Amino acid sequence: MKLKGAQILLKMLQEEGVDTIFGYPGGSVIDIYDALMEEKTIKHYLVRHEQGATHAADGYARASGKVGVCLVTSGPGATNTVTGIASAYMDSIPMVIFTGQVPTALIGNDAFQEVDIVGITRPCTKHNYLVKNVKDLARTIKEAFHIARSGRPGPVLVDLPKDVINATTEFKVPGEVKLKTYNPTYKPNIKQLQKVMELIVKAEKPVLFSGGGVSLSKAHKELTELAVKTQIPVTSTLMGLGGFPGTHPLWLGMLGMHGTFRANMAISECDLLIAVGVRFDDRVTGKVDEFAPGAKIVQIDIDPTSIQKNVAVDVPVVGDCKISLKELNTLAGKQDWTGIEKKRKPWLEEIEDWKKTTPLAYKQADVIKPQYVIETLYDLTGGDAIIATEVGQNQMWAAQYYHVKEPGHFITSGGLGAMGFGLPAAIGAQVGAPGRPVVDIAGDGSIQMNIQELATAVQYELPVKVVILNNGFLGMVRQWQELFYKRRYASTKFAHAPDFVKLAEAYGAVGLRAKKPEEVAQVLKQGLECNKPVIMDFVVEPEESVYPMVPAGVSIKKMLLV
Amino acid sequence: MSEKKHLLSILVDNEPGVLSRITGLFSGRGYNIESLSVAETVEPGVSRITMVTKGSPMIIEQILKQLNKLINVIKVADLTGTKYVQREMALVKVNARSDHRAEILRITDIFRGQVVDVGMEHFTLKIEGDPDKIEAVLNLLKPFGIREIARTGCVALPRENK
Repeated sequence: MKLKGAQILLKMLQEEGVDTIFGYPGGSVIDIYDALMEEKTIKHYLVRHEQGATHAADGYARASGKVGVCLVTSGPGATNTVTGIASAYMDSIPMVIFTGQVPTALIGNDAFQEVDIVGITRPCTKHNYLVKNVKDLARTIKEAFHIARSGRPGPVLVDLPKDVINATTEFKVPGEVKLKTYNPTYKPNIKQLQKVMELIVKAEKPVLFSGGGVSLSKAHKELTELAVKTQIPVTSTLMGLGGFPGTHPLWLGMLGMHGTFRANMAISECDLLIAVGVRFDDRVTGKVDEFAPGAKIVQIDIDPTSIQKNVAVDVPVVGDCKISLKELNTLAGKQDWTGIEKKRKPWLEEIEDWKKTTPLAYKQADVIKPQYVIETLYDLTGGDAIIATEVGQNQMWAAQYYHVKEPGHFITSGGLGAMGFGLPAAIGAQVGAPGRPVVDIAGDGSIQMNIQELATAVQYELPVKVVILNNGFLGMVRQWQELFYKRRYASTKFAHAPDFVKLAEAYGAVGLRAKKPEEVAQVLKQGLECNKPVIMDFVVEPEESVYPMVPAGVSIKKMLLV
Repeated sequence: MSEKKHLLSILVDNEPGVLSRITGLFSGRGYNIESLSVAETVEPGVSRITMVTKGSPMIIEQILKQLNKLINVIKVADLTGTKYVQREMALVKVNARSDHRAEILRITDIFRGQVVDVGMEHFTLKIEGDPDKIEAVLNLLKPFGIREIARTGCVALPRENK
């Protein structure tokens, strides 16, 4: 069957099970869009900015477990995707980004809307391709999807010159991908796991420390099984939220810079740390030398580069989190755990003491406290909403006060920390999980970075809810200025802001506002019940800070508490 | 932790952009490249990169893992601490006035180098051997005034078991 490049692309998307793409047309991809009009099985969501397309694909991938797909034009269309690609790369989200490119004959000539996007995205993609011949197109797309979703997932970019899209060739669905240079290790070394089990049996004060890898491999059930069987308390990174139920008695809360006191203390006092699908990011470890100083450290990860990158590890295990935890559960099944509750009692009591003496807390006042908004949101949704966040204080309060239960329910730009992520990611999540409540927890700063995507939500009738914790500041930076820069608020106060209620209405969405604590529940209820996109503007305490806090580069034991 | 030189032999797909992926990895993560040499192997489509890098054991471990993670990298071997042969070639343009010519030729001879270009005031010498030998020759030639040097960087292969 002879097909044009554009048709081959669409055939291959179907072949890979893609029914949703987020994109924005332009001169170089106009032929793909033309072919797309005939293709009824693929729904295209027209965003308002290419960055929105990438974050939407990211949110879609996390909520649905499928590969997120973007389609954009060359030049500025391509460069606008870079932030979204970098964010997905840091958080290991499977995505394939198709960019248009000028015709091969013009490449290198500084042609109109030409940019070397393969060169630009080399350090922030798992892999990328420039397709120079239509004969290589089908195979390249197949490889791109294979690489994006296998091993440690990540974004893969495919650059498509206009003449390749228009050229015709014989199309045959390529066979299974076999790359001689790429073969991720899924099955862990059983001897290493036996060592882990020996350590678990001996440990007096063990802690399980889970990360994004647990969510990505959907290893939450296995993790919970292991924790319950061996009575080991669990903490997680920001990316790991949802990998362990946030309401479980063994749950310690998030650790790190804005982690709970008990989580950070448990890490500092433990004698065994079992890290699963984490990469020991600096926001987690604080001062590396003083991180889990008395512990034997076990690290399970599918990516060997994550192991021993920042922290020396006693027992490294290269393998898929789900398979590794399953194997560990099998090994645990051969042990006798009677009396484990009694053995763990002193350790769990110590942790309970930390929780009692130093819980997560804030002081109610006459003005709305941002934490109170999130707590109320949590109560009203029963913890069942998919939460997307922007970046900054809103993100940390969301992590602290919304106790997510399942992987894929806490969607945040963890590694890159890209403001403007939340709204488009929520849109993507809503597409990926129709019928579920999806809430973007935002600040008045970051919401303005991709506010244009409200039009996308309205156009496609995606009833995402945006909760703006409006403090008139770039709150997280202001907080640092308050604590470490003598309250010199350089460029962090917004002297002018739009009226978010009117803005929502102008976009065709619903706008609501609460100014007093007693209005919070009512506004949230009204917003959540509405089946349209809603912006809820909560005018909150301007100078509220996120506590506890560990200053950058300091031991995580040394927390600032309120 | 002490930094040590390591000699890496890396087999890669011979495709556009592969070298850029590797050098980009090193510059992006702040690793060192002391020397680098790239050429095709007997297998079509496969090139060998021989690289000298420097770092603490933890950094070297990361370098090896990060290289292996690149899709276009076929194999990475750290030759340091194993049995291997290595060679480097240097072209050295050295001042050679009449009163120094005999001495320079003698040094070249001792190190089994060759004169590949001669002028009224200079020689261009070809020196070949391991990097230490080249350093030794350069040190001896320095007093005469070295005008320019071009070095290939190290190439190396593991020794076979006899």
